[in-house]
Amino acid sequence: MRIRMRFTKLGKVRFTSHRDVARMWERAVRRVGLPVSYSEGFSPRAKLHFGLALSTGHESTAEYLDLDLDVPEDDGGSRPSPHVAALPALLTPALPVGVDAMAAAAVPSGTPSLQQAVTSCTWRISVSGAEPPEIASAIGRAMAAQTLMLTRTRKSTEVTDDVRPYLLDLTAVAPTDTGTEFVAHLATQPRGLRISELLTVLDGGLIEDRVVRTHQWTLHDGARREPLPLDATSASHAEKRAS
Amino acid sequence: MTLWPQLEPLLAKVQKPARYIGCEDGSQTPEHHRSKVAWLLAYPDTYEIGLPNQGLQILYEILNERTDAVAERTYAPWFDMEALLRQHGLPLFSVDTHRSASDFDVLAFNLSAELVYTNVLNMIDLAGIPVRAAERGLRHPLVGAGGHCTYNPEPLADFLDFVVLGDGEEVVSDITEVLVAWKSADRHAGSREQVLRTLASLPGVYVPSMYDVDYEADRLISVAPRFVDVPAQVEKRTISDLADWPYPKHQLVPLTEVVHDRLNVEVFRGCTRGCRFCQAGMITRPVRERPAEQVRSMVQDGLRRTGYDEVALTSLSTADFSGIESVVASTVDDASTPGRVSVSLPSLRVDAFTVGIAGELQKGRRTGLTFAPEAGTWRMRQVINKLIGEDDLYGAVHSAYSQGWRRMKLYFLTGLPTETDEDTRAIAALARRCVEIGREFHKNPSITVSVGGFVPKPFTPFQWFGQNTREELSRKMYLLRDELRRDRGVQFKWHDPKATVVEGIASRGDRRLGPVIEDVWRNGGTFQEWSEFFDLELWTEALQRHGLSLEQYVYRHRTEDEILPWDHISAGLHKDFLWQDWRDALAEVGLEDCRWTPCYDCGACTGYSVEHVVASAVPPAGGSQGTGQDRAKAGEVPVQLLPARATTGASMARAAARSAPL
Repeated sequence: MRIRMRFTKLGKVRFTSHRDVARMWERAVRRVGLPVSYSEGFSPRAKLHFGLALSTGHESTAEYLDLDLDVPEDDGGSRPSPHVAALPALLTPALPVGVDAMAAAAVPSGTPSLQQAVTSCTWRISVSGAEPPEIASAIGRAMAAQTLMLTRTRKSTEVTDDVRPYLLDLTAVAPTDTGTEFVAHLATQPRGLRISELLTVLDGGLIEDRVVRTHQWTLHDGARREPLPLDATSASHAEKRAS
Repeated sequence: MTLWPQLEPLLAKVQKPARYIGCEDGSQTPEHHRSKVAWLLAYPDTYEIGLPNQGLQILYEILNERTDAVAERTYAPWFDMEALLRQHGLPLFSVDTHRSASDFDVLAFNLSAELVYTNVLNMIDLAGIPVRAAERGLRHPLVGAGGHCTYNPEPLADFLDFVVLGDGEEVVSDITEVLVAWKSADRHAGSREQVLRTLASLPGVYVPSMYDVDYEADRLISVAPRFVDVPAQVEKRTISDLADWPYPKHQLVPLTEVVHDRLNVEVFRGCTRGCRFCQAGMITRPVRERPAEQVRSMVQDGLRRTGYDEVALTSLSTADFSGIESVVASTVDDASTPGRVSVSLPSLRVDAFTVGIAGELQKGRRTGLTFAPEAGTWRMRQVINKLIGEDDLYGAVHSAYSQGWRRMKLYFLTGLPTETDEDTRAIAALARRCVEIGREFHKNPSITVSVGGFVPKPFTPFQWFGQNTREELSRKMYLLRDELRRDRGVQFKWHDPKATVVEGIASRGDRRLGPVIEDVWRNGGTFQEWSEFFDLELWTEALQRHGLSLEQYVYRHRTEDEILPWDHISAGLHKDFLWQDWRDALAEVGLEDCRWTPCYDCGACTGYSVEHVVASAVPPAGGSQGTGQDRAKAGEVPVQLLPARATTGASMARAAARSAPL
């Protein structure tokens, strides 16, 4: 039985890596004794599948993982099926402060993996070094451009390509204590656009302050949908707790 | 007050920022108060190396359990972080509440290796404290140190206010009580010296500034206390029973990867195998086993609480633990985690490693196996008193291969007293034979031969031995490399002889090395444990500038009548016992393990009225020293059975002070 979980990565724990987060979850499922499936072989590992990596230092209220439980999908009866809705409350205390499990649901077998299914993400980005009007005009220029050529390094080779197709939307400029906050909706396929690359495209002088991934999106017949939706209050509640 | 708001923006700019955030499971956020003594426990290497240190974690818990103390932790910031701290005028900080080091009363270092000494100076400096103890004032924290290297504290005497010798569990409380009184009293000129003098009167605490040191020509001629109430010789501290100290109770679980990233449970402290090169075995006597029942519950609770899937049963020679097979079996057979918990035994004697242990281990996830024969020939192993027969080694290797292991590591020393090229070459022959044994079971078995240069250590019978020169060690390493060149299945790794030289300087140095260490630090020589930053020239040039030589500190044999720089320190061992053992070594005479055979009065038990705490009266498979020489006697070892401990309910036998009926 496959369970999909949504979780946060907020506060100090944002300085851990994607790999570190994977290991936190492996320990957490062992701590609460969740009947997770294990791989075969000399070195059995818990079957946890993570979505798009989040850069070290970035926060999120929309991280996902799938975990395979060692219980039949229809729950034939010999082992009690874990109460899926209770999983977040069970797992959160076993995870570090700032990593809160927010939602869980069973996903039918054959559901595409998170890596395949997610096509875009929404980010809340604070920068210093520019006032809201400057950012607003930079956003306007970028969205109006036909192409935005950018040279970047991928797997240690330099690639120049048009990154304009990744900019689905850039909006909501507001002042912060040190600069400006805006929201970016960025495509993740085929190779994605990093926040640092977005800032280069907008204006070379911007300094990244705080970056929060607020949503990951999948497409269903042209409609945007979250893998597991969350009501807005619980996300902001989690942010307060971690700060 | 927390520095987090100032530190947070810096973390985006450094490698591995998770080193600096704390947040580990098991970490504490203690409330500081004027009346509480605040300890900052420091490990002078990176977070990844320092976090797992069990000694530091034990003291962290004991101090935080006290109502009159708080303890936090700090580790050496990496180059990038250090540069940013200095650039922004920020001090060394704790990882628990990100408080400035200057907010603490004590900055206490764990010293596990000599090459970290320059990092100690760097951290003192980053803390905003003058590096030289003599220049510190009323408001500066006291700088202390503990750990194995403190058995020769003299190279760091200029920089440390106090030094703790031996087990720290009890003495940290004694020190805290002295400092509580100091904190509540008014500070005035001379009060810092007064509190140090009070500390100097505590057993196990050495205050270098309370001693005058004299030299004649280039020889040390005396180390004498400056006051009558300061002891002429400082004795180490020894806890009598590990069962009273089930620490760490909440081992820290780091959020990022560290070395030894697993649950660690100490199964016994001390070792009386009597290997003559091994300082740890000499200074931690006697053997104090933890009751098997307590080990089992620490393993079970620890795994459940941490979520780790690996546990290491730690000690100086874990296969000697009386309950080893049953503890391993009950861990890997635990029904709640079938086959998913691996047990690693980091320090294994081949003669006690049996098919039974191998079989139990391989039921869990298989971990690496390292055996340490230490030397290539039986003659050489008699000299070092590691009396492992070749058959014992081959038997252990056979057990491991037969139970599914395909690769293992063999650890050796070179540069040992009386060593000949024949002894060195014999290492290759041993490795070759091990691979042949492996071929009976697998197509491509592999043996890694890892060789380190021998550094003579204080409080060992080899403390008088002149270390091999760098050139000689290199020659032996090349000899062995050439010997193994054509052997498929043998990988050869060696420890850089240049680093071995510097370890040798600090290992047996005296106070005149203080300016040398300071010189190396001022010239940028930090993280000398890291081969990419280690720089021998910094050290040799600094020695030269201060008129000192490698010959004098490293290569020279010491004489029997010579005053050694650590003679005013005591690990309980009688100097004449060590000298006799040195003569026996040169005569190739072995010595039995006193936990199963009669006492030979090294001084460690009798001097402190402590004794071995060992559950089994019978040595493990290989006999008391692996030779089988005393196998026949094994059952007759004079051990007194004591009644069950009321606190643990476990029945423990103690090898009491022996009258030898043999």
